[in-house]
Amino acid sequence: MATIYIDDKPYEVPTGKNLLEAVLTLGKDLPYFCWHPAMGSIGACRQCAVKVYKDENDTKGKLFMSCMEQVRDGMRISIADMEAKEFRAHVIGWLMTNHPHDCAVCDEGGSCHLQDMTVMTGHNYRAYRFDKRTYINQYLGPFINHEMNRCIQCYRCVRYYKDYAGGKDLDVFAAHNHLYFGRHEDGVLESEFSGNLVEVCPTGVFTDKTLKQHYTRKWDLTMAPSVCHHCSLGCNISAGERYGTLRNITNRYNGEVNGYFLCDRGRFGYEHVNHVGRIRKPLVRAQLPEATDKLTALQAAAAAFRTGSVIGIGSPRASLESNFMLKTLVGDDNFHHGVSDTDHDLVGLALKILKEGAAPTPSMREVEQADAVFILGEDLINTAPMLALAVRQSVRKQPALEHISKANIPVWQDAAVRELMQNEMGPLFIATIQDTKLDEIATHTYNDSPDAIARLGFAVANFIHADFPEVQGLNEDELQLARQIADTLLAAKKPLVISGTHCGSERVLMATANIANALVAKEKEAGIVLTLPECNSMGLAKLGGHRLESAFEAILNGYADTVIILENDLYRRANAGIVTNFLKTAKNVIVIDHLHNATTEEADVLLAAGTFAEADGTLVNNEGRAQRFFQVYPTSEDLQESWRWLGELGTLLAHDRISHWHGFDDILQAMVKEQPELKGIEAVAPGTDFRIAGQKIPRAPHRFSGRTAMQADINVSEPKPPVDPDAPLSYTMEGYRGQPPSSIIPFFWAPGWNSAQATNKYQQEVGGHLKGGDPGLRLIKPDTSKTEPYTQTVPQKFQPLEGHLYMLPLHHIFGSEELSMHSPPIVERAPEPYVLLNEEDAIQMKLQVGENLSFTIEGQVYQVPVKISPHLRSGTAGLPAGLPGIPYAELPAWAILNRELKWKQQPQTTY
Amino acid sequence: MEKPLTQHIVPGRAPLSLKEYEKVGGYQSVRKILKEMSPADVQTLVKDSDLRGRGGAGFNTGLKWSFVPMGPEAAKPKYLVANADEMEPGTFKDRVLLEGNPHQLIEGMIVAAYAIDASISYIFMRWAYKVAAREIIKALDEAYEAGYLGENILGSGFNLDMHLHTGVGRYMCGEETALLNALEGKRANPRAKPPFPQVSGLFGKPTIVNNVETLCCLPHIINNGAEWFKGLSKTGDAGTKLYGISGRVKTPGCWELPMGTTIRELIEEHGGGMQDGYLFKGLLPGGASTDFLVEEHLDLPMDYTAIQAAGSRMGTGTMIILDDQTCPVGFVHNLQHFFAQESCGFCTPCREGLPWVEKILLAIDRGEGKPEHLLTLDFHTKYLGPGNTFCALAPGAMEPLQSALKYFREDFERHIHEHHCPWSKAKVWQPSI
Amino acid sequence: MLTTEEKHKIDHEISLVPSPKNACIEALKIVQQSHGWVSDESLQDVADYVGMSPAELDSVATFYNLIFRRPVGRHVILVCDSISCWVMGYESIRDQLYQKLNIKYGQTTEDGRFTLLPNCCLGTCDRAPALMIDNDLYRDLTVEQLDEILEKYT
Ligand SMILES: Cc1cc2nc3c(=O)[nH]c(=O)nc-3n(C[C@H](O)[C@H](O)[C@H](O)COP(=O)(O)O)c2cc1C
Ligand code: SF4
Ligand code: FES
Repeated sequence: MATIYIDDKPYEVPTGKNLLEAVLTLGKDLPYFCWHPAMGSIGACRQCAVKVYKDENDTKGKLFMSCMEQVRDGMRISIADMEAKEFRAHVIGWLMTNHPHDCAVCDEGGSCHLQDMTVMTGHNYRAYRFDKRTYINQYLGPFINHEMNRCIQCYRCVRYYKDYAGGKDLDVFAAHNHLYFGRHEDGVLESEFSGNLVEVCPTGVFTDKTLKQHYTRKWDLTMAPSVCHHCSLGCNISAGERYGTLRNITNRYNGEVNGYFLCDRGRFGYEHVNHVGRIRKPLVRAQLPEATDKLTALQAAAAAFRTGSVIGIGSPRASLESNFMLKTLVGDDNFHHGVSDTDHDLVGLALKILKEGAAPTPSMREVEQADAVFILGEDLINTAPMLALAVRQSVRKQPALEHISKANIPVWQDAAVRELMQNEMGPLFIATIQDTKLDEIATHTYNDSPDAIARLGFAVANFIHADFPEVQGLNEDELQLARQIADTLLAAKKPLVISGTHCGSERVLMATANIANALVAKEKEAGIVLTLPECNSMGLAKLGGHRLESAFEAILNGYADTVIILENDLYRRANAGIVTNFLKTAKNVIVIDHLHNATTEEADVLLAAGTFAEADGTLVNNEGRAQRFFQVYPTSEDLQESWRWLGELGTLLAHDRISHWHGFDDILQAMVKEQPELKGIEAVAPGTDFRIAGQKIPRAPHRFSGRTAMQADINVSEPKPPVDPDAPLSYTMEGYRGQPPSSIIPFFWAPGWNSAQATNKYQQEVGGHLKGGDPGLRLIKPDTSKTEPYTQTVPQKFQPLEGHLYMLPLHHIFGSEELSMHSPPIVERAPEPYVLLNEEDAIQMKLQVGENLSFTIEGQVYQVPVKISPHLRSGTAGLPAGLPGIPYAELPAWAILNRELKWKQQPQTTY
Repeated sequence: MEKPLTQHIVPGRAPLSLKEYEKVGGYQSVRKILKEMSPADVQTLVKDSDLRGRGGAGFNTGLKWSFVPMGPEAAKPKYLVANADEMEPGTFKDRVLLEGNPHQLIEGMIVAAYAIDASISYIFMRWAYKVAAREIIKALDEAYEAGYLGENILGSGFNLDMHLHTGVGRYMCGEETALLNALEGKRANPRAKPPFPQVSGLFGKPTIVNNVETLCCLPHIINNGAEWFKGLSKTGDAGTKLYGISGRVKTPGCWELPMGTTIRELIEEHGGGMQDGYLFKGLLPGGASTDFLVEEHLDLPMDYTAIQAAGSRMGTGTMIILDDQTCPVGFVHNLQHFFAQESCGFCTPCREGLPWVEKILLAIDRGEGKPEHLLTLDFHTKYLGPGNTFCALAPGAMEPLQSALKYFREDFERHIHEHHCPWSKAKVWQPSI
Repeated sequence: MLTTEEKHKIDHEISLVPSPKNACIEALKIVQQSHGWVSDESLQDVADYVGMSPAELDSVATFYNLIFRRPVGRHVILVCDSISCWVMGYESIRDQLYQKLNIKYGQTTEDGRFTLLPNCCLGTCDRAPALMIDNDLYRDLTVEQLDEILEKYT
């Protein structure tokens, strides 16, 4: 700690920071633009000037940019100094010379960092009376709108997009006051993280194009703290609504999970909530085409329950509460996981590895601090995007740390660090079935079949620790690579292995576990991260349940005749023929979901479920972190949370326990009691009764406008605001105005800070943890004593099969995930169906790009256009997972080629 | 009068070949340091000679070198860069040295590289110096051939590579850290200091950037010693200096003279006095980014100390004369147009402030100025000072403006009150595009 | 497409720097030398060759004055418009060129012979006014000399 004097008052601040960070951490206001807590300082905008005095006798002082000055013990500065204030006001004046002053029609208005800073500096009147420079804007794709005239040239966009996120197609052009920030030509921004530009840009140059379709100012949004449902990482989001539609998703800072950023799937995938295909009212098939009311639907469902024997199928995209409720309702023996058998096994294995393995799972923040990373089988950008961004930071930062301390450069001095580092990167090894976008920053990549990846992994473990099984028959290159990886991981302080379920191989997971255990056996501070298929895969696995296959059998064999399906399209889980047969055989099919799909088509009773935006619940992410999400806006009574449907059904059926539960908190309590593994999740967020100064936390900012007019076309008198029975949040602007506990922050806002930069005010230390701790509870504790090999069994080498292709799943950030594919901008970015072939295999088969390949997987016939890759292993092929237009198959699987195609096995060297 | 730097330069004649250069004592300093001196010795000698950087800032060269990490632990390779960008309006002294005697520069660079243990060196030269480029390439070939460059120079074990890099046009490239970015194939934005290039410079490695004239002094200091070098000067700042004059004098040109030669002597004896029909009104002592001096300063010695004391900077030592028939507003407007165009656009005050200043000057020049415009100009001169902007370009731009507002304020006011330029139309600076 | 010769020259520049990217300005100069300017296609070619994205490379290219991203005439006339040349009356030279070539700054003659551009100080202030045509410097200029000078360039 150091003592600094600000306007003659002493303050304790941490050393190693720059003045700006220190001042903001103290809770003081100081304007800035080019600095960003995640990206450090460059000193370009000159907005953060303060007076710095040599000593107490120095009365004149000199202006310094606070973001570029290291905190020194005994330092004396002034923020209030007249000259400093005048200079800061002039900086705004300069920026305004070319700014169009178009706040009234600008999407950023009301959440604009430039507006905030303008007000903060007190620059009120424009002195500049000449023409303004104007620009032509660019088309940047479906996510981002471009309006260059508003640019204040702070460079944050390029520093974020290029330096931080590794994008290649956004840059700064020209010089002097003709600077242009954009692409070199019109076109879709390629980065999967482009949406963060919206929050990184301090003004309205880069704005959310999806919000523009149904624009609402930040102050008019009703917002709730939520958790992204589009992959297993559980990034924290704020979701905003007005007039019953979800308007946008913004980042909700969590110092351990997603920090300041989100991926584009998470940010722009929300339109499924507003989709025309939403089920908004319950249906009873016998009464079609009319929708029905809640009671009729419930009674129809209850009738089926009473007469039949019932099984339930849960879902990894539904909350813990909904799954638990279903499990309770149908009984433990009749509860099935609604996931493919492959996923069931993989997730189970992953959970086992994390629990029984010796290495802990680092948070994404900790991933950034790893100093050597080995990824096995995961194309992270497509399967766990934000984790890829975290890995990028580790690779970027780690080699720097040593260098920069030697050169005496502070870590936050971004440009200096980059100049010192030049092209140097930390160690990263990637072994995947095909090339990935992260490869460009990898020390070494390896592309082969999942078994080969596993074998490489096992060899690495063996090189790290001789007690781990040896791998026979590796070639010279593989041996050398395995040794290099092992040596690198051993040389690191915090080595990290990353794998997951997405290449569909248990053996890859086990190899990863072996490496992690071997590293811990060598007393390394090693970490293991495993990505999972969906947002609540981990939660579902923790609840326990039977396989989907046994659900099918139960109905087909007549053990049961009624099935209740929770938020799950079974056609994405199993072969279409089997599913159809199953649904047709079941006497009663009750489905609770929010979007029409092939499964809901078969429902006898269909109950309209709330999406994440219309529901409260808990998800457990891939690191085992339980996180609460809150309902953003109330619904009509015909549309409600799945757990509420199930609760009402239980009550109607006079279920011995359920009928005693009244509301969310009761379910939570019961769940914790019955599932010891979930202990503690009741404390993830304050309960329904929580109040501050007797008040709830408002979901709407207190500048929320037009409430009395909102329903005026229906009724001129203002209705009573809806009450939330399940959360300590109110649906209106009424309530406690101060900072709520970190887990229930609906939006970041502080006096004078309307933009996302208000986050600073909620952190213990700028860029650090939220005050009161980052939300979420880690449910998994590794067993550090278990450092023996996870398994001794090493897989055999992959052998191609004549007339077959070993079909592997390929994941797409835009395309593979079910819900986000109901968002038009995401659909626009998704690929067309294709099958990926190895280059030589394609030549063998005389197939050109775009021609159809015809094949069969488990009786399902495919006819898909070909794409070609030099990286994919011969004898394997890739099929996009989850992509609409490609019927489901449980992958990996052997695809039988259509006979007309001549596919000859290539000569193989065997050992 | 000794003219060590220009003694072998004869206008209109090709520069000395290596053979000729050696015959007149060329590369002796290289032989001497390699045989007799350690890098530390060279650094000490140069520090003692009081050689101050000729690029404009006048920082002690030996002292600047001393911040380069030395010894086996130091990062490698280290770099030496000759700053031959010379784009400061009114400056044409390095051209004389580059075109006139490239071997002298190469020799000086070897000395400097040896002193900091650099193994790779660049001459960063502006594109427009085509003749110089040709001569330098020729000289580099000869020097490599003769073993003054390359591996194991003269059997000493010291290695040095030297390359010529020609820029693609930007005044900013002359600023030493922006120059490094340009050499790295990047936009020539300046870099923050610290870290100084001595620690993290070209490609993140220790680097020294020196002006051409600074480097050309080195062989002579090595050969003749520190005291001799100090003795060349008439005042406390050591050595000779290449002075130049442009504008309405009878014989504009560039001359090597003892440091501290007075302005009056420069104008009257070397420049031949003002052209007939033109009266002296003021001058910029060392390029476009220095403060005006006027009549009362004519007897000042042109050295770093005296000119600084008078409120200006000697800068490059090449002065531009403002005569009585040239509109001072137009004069400053021309300069501000240049600076606004050449601003790299990195920091706010310079990027947005200079075009504003330029627009105001155009308005005043056209007779459309308003009294409050002068206040706007004033606050720019106050707030575009050193430290407030990211690099020294904008503060440099403010120097002629602030001094013009001081010495010629009446002329500005006349434009505003009379609603037109009191000088002839042809003398009103018209912006290019 | 880059020619073999261009590639050869670029390879040489790359050999002098730690990473190919660092040679990108040299590579642009090489391409400009053979084509007179850097077209979008050339930009893409160079970007591919030195391992940059077109955006990254264009960011560098557009920073500098003398990388031409738009076509220029066979000869480029750069008129010094800085202070000493202005004091010495360069405007008469410029105006004469405007008139003779019937173009303004930034334009190219219809026959594609000349492009006229303003340029900052050419470093020959003692012999102002000055201009450059391609690689040739002309100084102590008078309006009368222009015809003769222009004739040399076809
Ligand atoms: C905008 C700007 C342009 C400059 N241009 C030049 C230049 O063309 N030549 C030069 O030698 N120094 C130039 N300098 C000064 C250099 O930054 C640096 O101080 C100098 O090269 C150091 O050499 P010296 O120590 O030998 O003087 C410039 C500085 C600034 C701020
Ligand atoms: S003062 Fe700022 S904008 Fe101007 S040249 Fe320097 S860094 Fe660039
Ligand atoms: S925030 Fe400090 S200069 Fe931009």
